[in-house]
Amino acid sequence: MTEFKPDILAFCCNWCSYAGADLAGVNRLQMPTNVNVVRVMCSASVKPEYVIKALSQGIDGVLVLGCHIGDCHYMTGNHRTAKRIPLTAKVLEKVGIDSRRVKLDWVSAAEGDKFQQVITEFVEEIKGLGPNPLREVRF
Amino acid sequence: MTVRIGVFICHCGHNIASTVDVEDVVEYAKGLPGVVYSGRNLYSCSQEGLTSIKESIKNNELDRVVVAACTPRTHEPVFRRACEQVGINKYLFEFVNIREHCSWIHTKEKEEATKKAKKLVAMGVAKVALLEPQEEGESDVVPKAVVIGAGLSGLSAAAALLNQGIETHIVEKEATVGGILRDIAVIGPDDVDAQELIRSLTETVEKSPKAHLHLSSKVTELKGFIGNFELTIEGGGKEETVQAGAVIVATGGVEHRPEGEYGFGELKGVITQLELEKILGSGELGARRIVIINCVGSRQPGREYCSRVCCNASLKNAVRVLDTDPDASVTIVHRDIMSCGTVAEELYREASDRGVRFVRYGLDQRPEVSSEGEQLVVEVFDETLDEKIDLESDLVVLATPIVSPGDSSETSKLLKVPRDKHGFFLEAHVKLRPVEFATDGVFVCGSARWPVSARECIWQGQAAAAKASIPISEGKVVIEAITAVVDPEKCAACGNCVISCPYDAIEIVDTESGRAARVSEAQCKGCGTCVAACHNDAIQQKGFSSRQLGAMIDALIRATAEVSR
Repeated sequence: MTEFKPDILAFCCNWCSYAGADLAGVNRLQMPTNVNVVRVMCSASVKPEYVIKALSQGIDGVLVLGCHIGDCHYMTGNHRTAKRIPLTAKVLEKVGIDSRRVKLDWVSAAEGDKFQQVITEFVEEIKGLGPNPLREVRF
Repeated sequence: MTVRIGVFICHCGHNIASTVDVEDVVEYAKGLPGVVYSGRNLYSCSQEGLTSIKESIKNNELDRVVVAACTPRTHEPVFRRACEQVGINKYLFEFVNIREHCSWIHTKEKEEATKKAKKLVAMGVAKVALLEPQEEGESDVVPKAVVIGAGLSGLSAAAALLNQGIETHIVEKEATVGGILRDIAVIGPDDVDAQELIRSLTETVEKSPKAHLHLSSKVTELKGFIGNFELTIEGGGKEETVQAGAVIVATGGVEHRPEGEYGFGELKGVITQLELEKILGSGELGARRIVIINCVGSRQPGREYCSRVCCNASLKNAVRVLDTDPDASVTIVHRDIMSCGTVAEELYREASDRGVRFVRYGLDQRPEVSSEGEQLVVEVFDETLDEKIDLESDLVVLATPIVSPGDSSETSKLLKVPRDKHGFFLEAHVKLRPVEFATDGVFVCGSARWPVSARECIWQGQAAAAKASIPISEGKVVIEAITAVVDPEKCAACGNCVISCPYDAIEIVDTESGRAARVSEAQCKGCGTCVAACHNDAIQQKGFSSRQLGAMIDALIRATAEVSR
């Protein structure tokens, strides 16, 4: 059996987590290659539909990363993310998708090391969960 | 609609090309939907690279462009401008990050990194195909600046702003201005009177009716954007809200205190370089045999950097000791003498000619300091003599590096600007944007960024002020066309977007299609919160529409299948 290489999608907000990912790069912090970042302006602009779409089409895990609560570039945008994404995970659980495939976390522009840690741990977690059962849909 | 997409993959010298197989990615991109041209550049952002991109756009009649290189946070404007110069609306450009988000973080996994780069490019191509041309709005700039820190860099920046007639708030956490310079009498290598320098800069500030000096104060909150920042300044039990168009970070550095090293804090007569500065300033040296140990706490595991200013300070102080007492003996125990540049090198020669002894030590055999009665003894393995020697002395001076102040992590979080692993702030780009942060309207200068000499503090302070004054003097900043728009046909006027908007920018109005939400473009900051709140997909954010992001997800899935074949 070939090794399971998860495919992961990460939504990063422009101001904190995308910048944190940039900082991880500048500091050459090494991490798994499984995560593909999509830049959005605010984590609050991530529609639950994107998460559902990605997982239902076989992506193994979705990360939503924003600014820390209280630090949102758009004041209270991430307050909504904090409610929306866990709710999305709950809904997915109801239809048989393990809610651990959706993860929400906060990474500031100064936290390159935290970005590395979040990515590394999430990839490990998804590897533990195994391939998304809906993978077959896409291949 | 048929599109003609051009893809440009950047080598970034070795930065990308040593990990990602650029040619392979170029070939892969040729097969992506809508791509009519795919090529590569050694450095896409160089003049040569940009010219070649523009030529390719013209020769291939491209109408959309993808550049896969570094981060949009620093380089997007460069490529957008290039697109505009050849008649492509700059919003028909998409940036793919294959350096910070790929080659730099997967240096040992060339094959996987190449696959990932292909996926990221495929996602960018899918998005660019659906982008639409946009027009930008404008917003007024508050004609004021805030400078955080009133050391030499901050004062230089503030003076430069005030000289241009810009109202400036200077926020200093200490009770007095001057920073490290307060402890220094003379700045080498030109023997400038440090106190006179502070005095003249302070005078410029104090004389200006447009200056507001906040001592024993700190910034506790920063909100807003370039042109319209709102800062809370706290000090003396009071809180003040200040509007500003630009913010300059000049929080400086502090001298490392080497507690417990070389007898510091334990043996009498073991002091730091700044303490020697103070003694020399007072004119009461009282010591005849002086040993200066360089690189104490720097250029070693854990703090690898060279602090740059200490060698010159040691040389300057050695000469000043001899000026004070020609019969004194001075030995500089060093690892390498870094006296770069013409003037500093002359100082090194002067010190040598006047009898200052130089003894070189290695990191594996550091000097040891002990006391013998009233005197100190520095035992050092002289690498040139290849033997241990004892240096008897009255005063042992430890040249320690400038380190980032303890509260720099707080400042970093407050302003949402990045730091390196040593706690120093990171500029947007080392060469292209040396005094700017990636966040528009926030600037950095002086030792907040890296240990710098007094001269560099002044020129960086002035540079940051010059940069900060650009939006202020223009009076307008362009609003990026990433605002939200409502399709009244789809809108059910439920009001979810209205309550979700952090800026109260949305209202429900009567339209030709009945009641519907409307976004006020001037108030919209482009966060997209309303987009995700809409149950009907009736609001879209320009440049981040659900079709565009959905296409990226589809592209990722398609590309993953393609590259793992």
